[in-house]
Amino acid sequence: MKFPLSWLREHLETDATLETISTTLSAIGIEVEGIEDKAAALGSFRIARVIEAVRHPNADRLRQLRVDVGDGRELSVVCGAPNARTGMKGVLAVPGDFIPGTGITLKLGEIRGVKSEAMMLSSREMGLGDDHSGIVDLPEDAPVGASYVKWAGLDDPVIEIKVTPNRGDALSVRGIARDLAAAGLGTLKPWEVAPVTPAYPAPLQWRIADPRACTWVLGRAVRGVKNGPSPQWLQDRLVAIGLRPISALVDITNYFTFAVGRPLHVFDVSKVAGTELTMRMARAGEELLALNGKTYALTEEDGVIADANGAEALGGIIGGEHSGCDEATTECFIECALFDPVRIALSGRRHDVRTDARSRFERGIDPALLPKALEAATRMIQELCGGEASEISEAGAQPAWQREATLRFARVRDLGGLDLPEDEIVGRLTRLGFAVTRREADRVTVAVPSWRNDIAGAGALAQDPSLPADRARIAAEGCAEIEPECDLVEEVLRLGGLDAVPAVSLPVTSAVPRPALSAKQVRAALARRVLASRGMQDCVTYGFLDRATAALFGPAAEQPGTWSPPDALHLENPIASDLDQMRPTPVASLAMAAARNAARGFADVALGEIGGAYRDPAAGVSQLAVAAGVRAGQTTANWAAPARPVDALDAKGDALAVLGALGVPMAAVMLTTDAPGFYHPGRSGVLRQGPKTVLATFGELHPQVVKALGLAGPVVAFEVFLDAIAEPKRRKKGLPDLPAFQPLKRDFAFVVDASVPAEQLLRAARNADKTLVSEVTLFDRYAGERMAEGKISLAIQATLQPRERTLTDAEIEAVTAKIVAAVAKATGAVLRG
Amino acid sequence: MMTDDLAALRQEAEAALAGAQDLRALDAVRVAVLGKSGSLSGLLKGLGAVPADQRKERGAALNRLKGEVEALLETRKAALEAAALEARLKAERLDVSLPPRPFAPGTAAEGGIHPISRTIEELTAIFGSMGFRVVEGPDIEGDWYNFGALNIPDHHPARQDHDTFYMPGTDAAGQRLVLRTQTSPLQIRTMLGEQPPIRIIAPGRTYRADHDATHSPMFHQVEGLVIDRGITLGHLKGCLTDFLRAFFGISDLPVRFRSSYFPFTEPSMEVDIGWNKKTGELGGGGDWLEILGSGMVHPKVLANCGLDPREWQGFAFGMGIERITMLKHGMPDLRPFYESDLRWLRHWAADPLAPASLHEGI
Repeated sequence: MKFPLSWLREHLETDATLETISTTLSAIGIEVEGIEDKAAALGSFRIARVIEAVRHPNADRLRQLRVDVGDGRELSVVCGAPNARTGMKGVLAVPGDFIPGTGITLKLGEIRGVKSEAMMLSSREMGLGDDHSGIVDLPEDAPVGASYVKWAGLDDPVIEIKVTPNRGDALSVRGIARDLAAAGLGTLKPWEVAPVTPAYPAPLQWRIADPRACTWVLGRAVRGVKNGPSPQWLQDRLVAIGLRPISALVDITNYFTFAVGRPLHVFDVSKVAGTELTMRMARAGEELLALNGKTYALTEEDGVIADANGAEALGGIIGGEHSGCDEATTECFIECALFDPVRIALSGRRHDVRTDARSRFERGIDPALLPKALEAATRMIQELCGGEASEISEAGAQPAWQREATLRFARVRDLGGLDLPEDEIVGRLTRLGFAVTRREADRVTVAVPSWRNDIAGAGALAQDPSLPADRARIAAEGCAEIEPECDLVEEVLRLGGLDAVPAVSLPVTSAVPRPALSAKQVRAALARRVLASRGMQDCVTYGFLDRATAALFGPAAEQPGTWSPPDALHLENPIASDLDQMRPTPVASLAMAAARNAARGFADVALGEIGGAYRDPAAGVSQLAVAAGVRAGQTTANWAAPARPVDALDAKGDALAVLGALGVPMAAVMLTTDAPGFYHPGRSGVLRQGPKTVLATFGELHPQVVKALGLAGPVVAFEVFLDAIAEPKRRKKGLPDLPAFQPLKRDFAFVVDASVPAEQLLRAARNADKTLVSEVTLFDRYAGERMAEGKISLAIQATLQPRERTLTDAEIEAVTAKIVAAVAKATGAVLRG
Repeated sequence: MMTDDLAALRQEAEAALAGAQDLRALDAVRVAVLGKSGSLSGLLKGLGAVPADQRKERGAALNRLKGEVEALLETRKAALEAAALEARLKAERLDVSLPPRPFAPGTAAEGGIHPISRTIEELTAIFGSMGFRVVEGPDIEGDWYNFGALNIPDHHPARQDHDTFYMPGTDAAGQRLVLRTQTSPLQIRTMLGEQPPIRIIAPGRTYRADHDATHSPMFHQVEGLVIDRGITLGHLKGCLTDFLRAFFGISDLPVRFRSSYFPFTEPSMEVDIGWNKKTGELGGGGDWLEILGSGMVHPKVLANCGLDPREWQGFAFGMGIERITMLKHGMPDLRPFYESDLRWLRHWAADPLAPASLHEGI
C-alpha cells in the first residue's frame, strides 16, 4: 500500500522526519518497501522565463534562448524543443543537476558554437510522465526563480509499505498513524463525525437472506447529487497511491478504503430493480458482470448482493457494472457492510479477483466502525456532490467482537526475552488502544480494540487426528490459555523494536556436540564426495521433467518408451509442459544435462547427483534417495594414456566405489544382468546384496534413449540406492593378517568361451585353495583374431601366501594344478598352450 | 479404380520391399519406384499422353498408389530399423562382470561439490556445533504438514503467496498431496515424532510455481526448530546472530531483527544483515538486506502436534539456501544453479577433499 506523507499527517500530529517515520514503521512490523520523494529528486529545478528565443545561427532545428533565472542572472540555453518561444515559462536545470529521465548529470556545454549554460526540461526528463513533445510550458503566473516541485505541489513524499496478512487494520492511513503514535511518534488526531440529519426515507431496504453472505449492513441514499470529476486534491491523492480517479462518488469510496480501511460501494438507485437489496448466496448458474468488465460465473459458495434482477455485486470483493454510479447518477445508495473474512478469501481466490476491498475484508475490518464511516461518507458526498441524505437502512446486527486478553508480566521476559517495567508494558498496550479492565500484581487484563481482530481472535486448531485424546485436549487447553498472551507479548515487543531484546547464545546441551547427521545422511554426504573425487561434478537438477523423457527411464526392464510414468507423479498444475512429471531417476536429469553440455561444445562430461527418484505415493514411499551419475564421451587424453570412450565398466566402477565407501561387504555383492530398460541390455548390470536387495544399477544407456535425448554416445550411467544399504555393523576390526613368509605370484592364461563371465573364472581361482591363494587379479583379456571363433583369452595372476613355512616346488606345483583344475571345472577353460 | 498395370506395379513394389533385407536395399527399391526415373514416376510423367477424358481418373489412381507405396516403404523401414537395432543390441555385448579399471576416469582435482551441497555442509557444521541434528522429509508432502498444521488454513492469504504445485491423489491419511512449498513440514514431523527438547535443522528441496530471473520452480530452504523449556526470543536472536556471523565469516556482521508476521510463529520477525547495496559487500555499508524469517513457535502449531504450549516453547526459522550461497560468494544469478553447465560447476565447485569442518574453518 502507498500513501503520501501529507495524508498521514492529516491523522498524525508529529514533528518526526520522513526518515524517522520510515525506520519506525519497519521496526514495528510495517515494512517500508520504498519511498518516492520527488522533492529530493527534483528539488534543484527552478521556474525560469524565456526572455527571447531565436533561431540557432548554425542549426535550423535548434533555438537559442536567453533565460531569466530569477536571481538577476541571464543564461544562454540551446534548446531543440519545437515549443520554445519568447515569453514562455518553464523548468530549468543548471550544471551539476541530475536529470532523472536521462540518468545523466548536466554539464556546461557548447552546441554548434553556441554556449549552453543550462537546460529547459520536458516532463519525461523530470521523470514525471511520458511527454517529450516539448519543454514544460508553465502558466503565466508561475513565479520565476521558485522551486518547481514546491510550486507544483510535488514535494509530498509517497511511502510504500508491505502490510502483513494479519494486520487488516494497518491497510489504512489512519491505522498506520495509530501505530506510529503508539510507537511514540506523535499523537493520533481525533476523527469526529457529526451524524447527518436525514431528509427522506431510504428508497432501498436491506435484507439478509443468508447470514453466510453478510452479518451486518448499513446503507443510505443521497439524492440530488451531481457526479462529476472529483476535486483536484482528491484526484492527486488517488493518483499518488496508484489509483485512477473515476468520478467523485467512486473516488469517495476509494478514499475511505485507504483513509480508514473501510471499503464502501455506491449503487445508482435508479438502476437497482425493486426496492430491496438482498444479501444472499449466489444461485447455481448466476453470473455477474463486474466493474472490471469481466463476467464471473458464480457458485453457491459466493455471497452476493442482489436486486430484483439478480446479483449486482460479489459482496466485499467487487461491484457490478449494471448498478454502479456514473456521471448521470442523481441518487446514490451507499453500502457499508461486514463480510466473513474466510468467505471473502475463498471467493476471491476462486474467481481470482484481487481488489482493495477484498484484501481488507479477508484480513478483517473494524466491525465497530460502520455507523461512523457511513456518516463520514455521507458528509463527503454532500460536500463534493451536493444532495440530501436519506434515513439509514440496516439489516443484521453488530457482531459481538468484544473480548479480553490477559498478560502475565513475566511472560514478556520469559517468552520475549526482554525485561520491561510493568508500567511500560501496560503503557504500550494502552497506547495501541487496549483498555485495561483489570490490573493485578503479576498480570494485566485488557479489552481488545475493535480494529485488532488478530489479537485473541478465534481460529480453530488443526490437530493431528492420530494424537491420543488426552494429549490433544491438554495441548488445546494450553493453546487457548497461551495464545492471547503471545499476541500481547508480540504487541509489547514490536512497539519498542526487537533491537531492544538482548541476544543470548543457545545454552550448550553437551560439551562436545553429538553428530548432526544420521548414519543415512552420512552415507549421502560420503557418496557425494566419493563421486566428486572420481572426477564427477556434483549437480543439483530439478525433481521434475517432461513426461515423455520420464517415460524413457522406467525402473523395470522394459523397452525404453514403453513404460508409462505413474499418473500420481504427474503435476496437476505444472509451470511448464516440460516440467510436469516427477522423475523416475536422477539419471534422466543428468543425461539431459549431458545433452545440454554437449550442445555447448562440452560432450565429455561426468555429472553426479545425490537426489530423489520418485515413486507412486500410493505404494507407501514416494521418494528414494539415489546417488546417480552419468559419464559421456571420452576420457581426457594425457601424455601417458590416450583418450578412450567411456564404457559400462566406468559406471560400474563408480557404483562399486560408492558401495565400498559406504561399508557394503564387497564379497557379498552379486551381479545380475537384468538392468532397467533405459540401459543397453548387453552392456548393463545390477548389483545386489542377496537375491532381493538391489544396491545399484549401471551400464551404457540404451541407444534409443541416447538418440531421443539428442546425445551422440557413448553415455554410461549408474544409480546407487542409498536407502537399500544396510547400516554397517559397528564392530571392532579384527587384527591384520601379517604372515612372516614372502608371497609369490603365478600367472595363468586361459582360453575360455567368450560367453563366460570373467568373474566366474576369477572366483574359481580364488576358491581353489582358500588358505594359500590370497588374491587373484585379471591382468589381460584378449579377444582378437588369433583366437578361435567364440573364444577369448583371460590371463590372471594369483598371489600365493605361505603361512607356516616357505613352499616347496612340489607344493607350488600342487596349488597351481588345483587352480587350473578348479577354473576348468567351473568355466570349461583350458590353459593356453 | 486401379487398372491392371497399376495393380501389377503395386505387386512388384510390395515384393521388392519384402525382399529388401537392409536399409540400403530398401533405398534401392525406393529409387526404382519413386526415384526420378522410377517406374511410378515414369507413369506420372506419361500422364500428359493419356486421353483427356481419362487423365483425371488415371492421375488420381497414380497418386493414390504413390501414397500407398510410400506408406509401405515407411513400414518396412521401421521394421528394418528395429531389426537392425535388435541385431546391434545382440551383437554389442560387454562382459559386465569384468572388474572395473583400478583407476577412476577422473580425479578429485577435476570433480567438485555443488555450491548448494557445500552450503548445506556448512550449515550442518555450524548448527551441529550448537547441538542441532539434521532431519529430512519427502518432497511430495501432505497438505496438512505443509499448511494446516502450520496454522495456514485453506482460506489464509499466505496460501495464495505460495504458488503451490499440486499432485493428483491423496496420501494414506487422505491428505491432499502437494510438492512442499517450504521445509517447515519438518517442524511438524519432528514434533510428532519425538519428545522435546528438540534442536533440528531441515535443509532440502522446495517447490513453488514461480519462474523468473530471481525465482526457480525448485529451490532449497533450511528450516530450524528449537523446542525446550525456557527458550526465549533472546535465544532466537543469539542463535541466528551466531550462525550468520560464522557462516559469512564476519565476526561483527550487523544483524537486525524486524517485527513481521508468519502464520506459524508469534512473535515473528524478519532478519536483516548489514551490507553495502552499491558494492554488494557484506558487513558495513549502512544498508540492510533481508535474509531470513523467524519467530517463536506459534502455540497453535505446538498444540496441533500435541505439545502443551504452557510447558514447551521455542523458535523456528527458515532461509533460502541459494540466497545465502549467492551472498556469501557474490554469485549474481540464480538460474545456473540447476543448469549443470560444466563451466559454471567447475568454477564454483568446492573441493571434495576438504569437507566443511569447524576446526579447519568454514
